[in-house]
Amino acid sequence: MSDKKMVNPRNAYGEALVELGKKNQNLVVLDADLSKSTKTINFAKTYPERFFQMGIAEANMISASAGFASCGKLPFVSTFAVFATGRVYDQVRMDIAYSCANVKIFATHGGISVGKDGVSHQMIEDFAIMRVLPNMTVIAPSDAMQVKKIVNLMAEAIGPIYARIGRADAPLIYNEGDLNDLKIGKGLIIRDGADITFISTGTMVEPAIEAHDILKKQNISARVVDMHTVKPLDNSLLIKCAKETNAIITAEEHSVIGGLGGAVAETLAENNINTKFYRMGIRDVFCESGSPADLLEKYKLNEKHMVLFAKKMLK
Amino acid sequence: MNNLDGKELLKLKIMAVKIRKHIIEMLFRARSGHPGGSLSATDALVALYFAHMKHNPKKPKDPDRDRFILSKGHAAPALYATLAESGYFDLKELSGLRKAECMLQGHPVCTHTPGVEASTGSLGHGLSFANGVALAGKLDKKTYKVYVMLGDGETDEGQIWEAAAIASHYKLDNITAMLDRNFLQIDGNTEDVLKLEPVVDRWKSFGWNVIECDGHDIKKILKALKQGDAHKGQPTLIILKTKKGKGVSFMENVVDFHGIPPKEDERNKAIKELSDSQKKLEALL
Repeated sequence: MSDKKMVNPRNAYGEALVELGKKNQNLVVLDADLSKSTKTINFAKTYPERFFQMGIAEANMISASAGFASCGKLPFVSTFAVFATGRVYDQVRMDIAYSCANVKIFATHGGISVGKDGVSHQMIEDFAIMRVLPNMTVIAPSDAMQVKKIVNLMAEAIGPIYARIGRADAPLIYNEGDLNDLKIGKGLIIRDGADITFISTGTMVEPAIEAHDILKKQNISARVVDMHTVKPLDNSLLIKCAKETNAIITAEEHSVIGGLGGAVAETLAENNINTKFYRMGIRDVFCESGSPADLLEKYKLNEKHMVLFAKKMLK
Repeated sequence: MNNLDGKELLKLKIMAVKIRKHIIEMLFRARSGHPGGSLSATDALVALYFAHMKHNPKKPKDPDRDRFILSKGHAAPALYATLAESGYFDLKELSGLRKAECMLQGHPVCTHTPGVEASTGSLGHGLSFANGVALAGKLDKKTYKVYVMLGDGETDEGQIWEAAAIASHYKLDNITAMLDRNFLQIDGNTEDVLKLEPVVDRWKSFGWNVIECDGHDIKKILKALKQGDAHKGQPTLIILKTKKGKGVSFMENVVDFHGIPPKEDERNKAIKELSDSQKKLEALL
């Protein structure tokens, strides 16, 4: 992990918005007093007339973004994942999802690797509550390179999309050009393997690659899928992996209920796929303050635990 | 409409009676819905759609149209009847209110019904939606206006005050909100449920231009709307002093008619009363 280039996905988001703003005059960006953290401040400085500081008033911001969309604008709305979903569930439900508004909610600080701020700032339910909304697409990009691509795909797609990234710097997984063919709703096999498949999303894709490398040295062949889109889930890729390998492990910085693991379980069960299956994630508890590394270790969400779970399942 | 003559005003008054009749019939057929707040909002809707707003029912998505957002979504029957009488869709649709496969949902939905701008019914959203529309209008240097109708009980919601603050912060003088001040909400008098007074001072302290007006006098409503449009640098709130259930004697100021539709005898009585009013007005034409 140490030799990989670390890039903050939030910086990538900020830069991607500025580039998009040049191409797309309809792009408007809304933030709720967190522009320095979400990095929408880059856009605010470049295109001040198209940046809207909405204050610490997220409900109003979400409904207002739908108003912008009704006038043909392309609003990207940013704040922390906790405030972009749970705090404003009714506004997202009525004004964006039900109304099919062309609003893109791009949240930062998802998951527990937010760390020291504690549970008030650690969003582990957002996939679940966004996924349950009809018309809503749910995405978790896995590195800075993918963030840039996804921001552009979100702008091209018509309709409501929720995307979330983490707070921390993260190793680059992809090189320039690797993601030219990326599509929303189509997962990527980024390491092939025959024994087990890690279906990972967002910040858990990189640890899955690490786990792949560790397992390889122990003669275990692990496939790694970057399931950047949690909804709509790439069911055909999932079923293919379940048939071609002996076990499935899902991994997400999210509750094991209702998110990627929940979605994968639903697909496997409804398609009568009999496979060994485990959901790595937060197992129905609220976490706590701590350094990201300490929390990911305690809640068993790192490459070490991915290796342990894989070996246990293949016994 | 700058110089409304007596005849034109009479026609508007007749339209208000017609819309009230539609409301009664729709709610009677649907056997559910909200008569009180629909009847109290009717005169303002008539003033907006039939005299004040720049809109074209044949081009409901015209980018230059004035917008009306019914934030108090439970007054949907009043909006639907107004849109149908304006020509956004056929009057026959009104009989389908709240029925499966019908375009007229219990509360307004922008993806279902031509002319409906925002999906409301969960209270407190409409003014925020209007902020987005108004900010987009300013950004594109459009001259359209955004009108929003709020229920007085609805302003219990915290989101209304988030929206009021932002509208003032960005000096959204292209917004006119209208407060249907009928003093009643489901559980009783607004001042008993959650005190709203001093309403004028509250909105002024948020940086709004406030106008008070008889909410059942169409001429006065039109005058207030013009004042609101002309006011620069601040959003305007028109406090419409209204009666819940206005136009049907036994429904006026009766809180139980907030969310209970008329029974058959009540419907017959209401329609008779309204038809009599209509005849009297028509005789003056």
